[in-house]
Amino acid sequence: MKTGENKFKLSLTILYDRLRWEEKALAEEAQKVGVNVNMVDAKTTPLELVGNGLSKEPFGDVVLERCMSHIRGLYYAAILEKEKTVINSFNVTLVTSNKLLTTLALDKAGVPTPRTAAAFSLESAIEQADRMGYPLVIKPVIGSWGKMVACVRDKREAEALFEIREMIHEPLQQVYYLQEYVQRPPRDLRAIVIGDRILTSIYRYQPEDDWRTNIARGGYAEVAKLDKEQEEVILKAAKAVGEGVLGVDAMESDRGLLVHEINGCVEFKGAASVSTVNIPKAIAEYALEKVKR
Amino acid sequence: MKTSCGICGGEIDVPNDAIKGEIVSCPDCGTEYEVVEVKESGVSLKPAEEIGEDWGE
Repeated sequence: MKTGENKFKLSLTILYDRLRWEEKALAEEAQKVGVNVNMVDAKTTPLELVGNGLSKEPFGDVVLERCMSHIRGLYYAAILEKEKTVINSFNVTLVTSNKLLTTLALDKAGVPTPRTAAAFSLESAIEQADRMGYPLVIKPVIGSWGKMVACVRDKREAEALFEIREMIHEPLQQVYYLQEYVQRPPRDLRAIVIGDRILTSIYRYQPEDDWRTNIARGGYAEVAKLDKEQEEVILKAAKAVGEGVLGVDAMESDRGLLVHEINGCVEFKGAASVSTVNIPKAIAEYALEKVKR
Repeated sequence: MKTSCGICGGEIDVPNDAIKGEIVSCPDCGTEYEVVEVKESGVSLKPAEEIGEDWGE
């Protein structure tokens, strides 16, 4: 889709592999801002790493990488950065698409985050789980929407889960990411951060029949009001993974706010349904600012 | 715009403002399709990619 094309305008490419509400909203708001919008399907657009030009697609002045597949988006960002401004950058995408790397980055920057461990075999995962105690949260290092995230209540459940993971002959399934179960209210906090500012924040309440708060799992949103200290934690977390368009997830605990995840291809349909801020417009404007700088 | 499901033959009603890349699903069997092309003569669909382990936000 190329709409309102004008060669004197800046051009924004929205790179996608499945068109969600978010990508359509971004395209609509970017057009209103007055740029040429180019929608590119990553599934059907090969890129030349070395050869005769990058692609048949022009890609314009700036690319918003919005692939649902983390791996596809990551490699796309790596290649496009040869010639284009990509949001989020390869480095930001690399860290945010991997929970283990995100945890390391948060801890390195001194951002409060839950106690977390990694293990690389069934036996060592059980040993580490016993060391940390139960209940315990087990997550895949790559993935989202709460997929394959489990809360195990005792050693038996941990063993059952790890044994199933062992049978899945997929290298990433053999990376065990174990995190303490944080006592929190039945909600977590999602802050959408653009560059060095918090655009909007919401609470995500867990549905009645799930302990996870993901909107994709039926959680519901409510606007959140952050205090100064919470804002500082959120911005420090965003800075820890690099500048970009981010969804910072945190939990309220008796130790204060604990940041547990940062999303590099943030979905904001839930936030947009309750926030008064025009989120897609702000993202489009940020992308254009990056070109003008 | 109406088209039929390649799996069960059910009728899929594609919104008039649908654009390339959008996902529609068969109301009868739930199969998801991706919009490939929208023309005045009709809409063409292909089976949507299945959700992968690395999918998300």
